[in-house]
Amino acid sequence: MNDVTTTVGPVAQRARPVYVLRGVTKTFPRRNVQALESVDLTLTEGSFSSVIGASGCGKSTLLKIMAGLVPPTAGSVVLEGAPVVGPRKDIGMMFQQATLFPWRTVVENIVLPIEIRDGRAAARAAHGHARELLEMAGLNGFEQVYPGELSGGMAQRAAICRMLICEPSVLLLDEPFSALDELTRDFMNMELQRICTSRNATAFLVTHSIQEAVILSDRVYVMSPRPGRFVEQVDVDLPRPRTLDMMTTPRFGALVDRIRARLDKGAFL
Amino acid sequence: MSTTDEALARGGDAPTAHASTVWVEEVSWVDRLPRWASMTMIFVAFVGIWELTCRSGLVSPIILPTPARTGQELITVGTNLLTGSYMLAPLAVTLTEVFYGFLLATALGFTLGVIVGETTFGERAVMPYLVALDTMPKVAFAPLFIAWLGFGVESKVALATFIATFPIIVGTAAGLHAADENARMLFKTMGATRWQTLIKMKLPTGLPHFFTGLKIGAVGVMAGAITGEFLGGGKGFGELIRVASTNLDTARVFALIIYLSILGLALFMGVSWAQRRFVFWQKSSTIAEPT
Ligand SMILES: Nc1ncnc2c1ncn2[C@@H]1O[C@H](COP(=O)(O)OP(=O)(O)OP(=O)(O)O)[C@@H](O)[C@H]1O
Ligand SMILES: [Mg+2]
Repeated sequence: MNDVTTTVGPVAQRARPVYVLRGVTKTFPRRNVQALESVDLTLTEGSFSSVIGASGCGKSTLLKIMAGLVPPTAGSVVLEGAPVVGPRKDIGMMFQQATLFPWRTVVENIVLPIEIRDGRAAARAAHGHARELLEMAGLNGFEQVYPGELSGGMAQRAAICRMLICEPSVLLLDEPFSALDELTRDFMNMELQRICTSRNATAFLVTHSIQEAVILSDRVYVMSPRPGRFVEQVDVDLPRPRTLDMMTTPRFGALVDRIRARLDKGAFL
Repeated sequence: MSTTDEALARGGDAPTAHASTVWVEEVSWVDRLPRWASMTMIFVAFVGIWELTCRSGLVSPIILPTPARTGQELITVGTNLLTGSYMLAPLAVTLTEVFYGFLLATALGFTLGVIVGETTFGERAVMPYLVALDTMPKVAFAPLFIAWLGFGVESKVALATFIATFPIIVGTAAGLHAADENARMLFKTMGATRWQTLIKMKLPTGLPHFFTGLKIGAVGVMAGAITGEFLGGGKGFGELIRVASTNLDTARVFALIIYLSILGLALFMGVSWAQRRFVFWQKSSTIAEPT
């Protein structure tokens, strides 16, 4: 497909590349599914990118390969100059489900990555940091509560805190808020933007919502189904910081329409 | 269509509709009884039918003693036990068998369960043999245990352990498979070792299944110990039952069985209590199934 419009934005030109994917291909031998075909991707420092595409087109697979959870069939993934060959400490990852463990209090859940990396003593020492994160996520007072008592949105916010406790420089997000209602989701998205900006973190988000992709991203990648590959990349030139009001502007509408048109051509959404 | 829907369908005149538009879910009086009342009801009905059967003269009192006779024996056996008379020693013997049987079954079941549930080798090579053993009628092994370990406590402990181990293996192994894909992936992204994943995620996640196995095992331990005593003699409670039934003292047999069930129930409740204590995050506290 040669209809990829590469409009290189101002962000991409200035900043340092952090994540570089070249020709990443994934074939599942079982039933011979080709999930990804030759994906090229460069994420620059501090940028926010989204990938959008029909269900089953390989977005989660791409993210798992980037996180070093699954090996690609072909191609290379390089993060900060070093090839990704397994889970990495500098990557923070978040899934659709919060996956908090019910036998640990919220604060114990949040320091879990530290406990696994550096042991119990280090985890205890990190409680202060965890409390700060909880406060940032609007969860102060819930440190000693068990996750069973949290609402879906609160659990997801706690999961963000857990992802951030190791201070990752790269965030890989697989539909992190898709289980939430729209109001909570908008709020969480603005929080996410604030967190990414304040830490200059590089973020890569998988989403099913065009609005969400546009309001958060510097660049939106549209993925085609079977085999998954990027068929279009759309640079979002809305000013930063983004606000929810921007969703009513004509520019926002135009970008959404453009992505929707591209998706309609490929598959349903 | 419910009454409320009808009222809505009529639209404007809903407010004038009569009081029956308030929909009250009907619960039968039986379901509204408090627990103790329903349990008492069943008990009274049971004893009533029992009494009637006895009075009808259809069965000889040697086969079925009256409830009153059984009650009397319950008191006799109870005072015997409380005053530390000759029945206490057999009870202690049976308790010892049950205690060691349960302890061994738990240790063995847990260890084998982890091997089978955590390693591919265990699942592929060990599990088939365990399943094959499990499908055998385990009581048939009793003569073997007696031949190997003698007529003492050991052979009973062995049979009790043998019967109770399998459900604990299955519970542990199932528990280790209970963690979902997300939790596994999360641990992978955190760079957890296999050991950390087992200790910090798989085992706690599987705890409810493990306890289900323990509860089934608790029942099996009792059965194993008593069967062992029936078949292999010894000085336990089972021997008392055997003697009473040889003397055609059916009421005594009934009373002894009831005390044994209380023992079994106590063990089961002990496990339930431990489950509530250690799996505090599990909301349902009902009989067996993990949610
Ligand atoms: N472990 C696996 N084995 C075989 N096929 C797989 C495996 N994982 C994913 N696939 C296949 O790869 C394709 C892409 O899956 P993936 O989960 O990446 O989709 P997705 O874009 O994340 O979908 P969704 O939006 O529904 O989450 C699907 O067709 C799926 O059937
Ligand atoms: Mg997915």
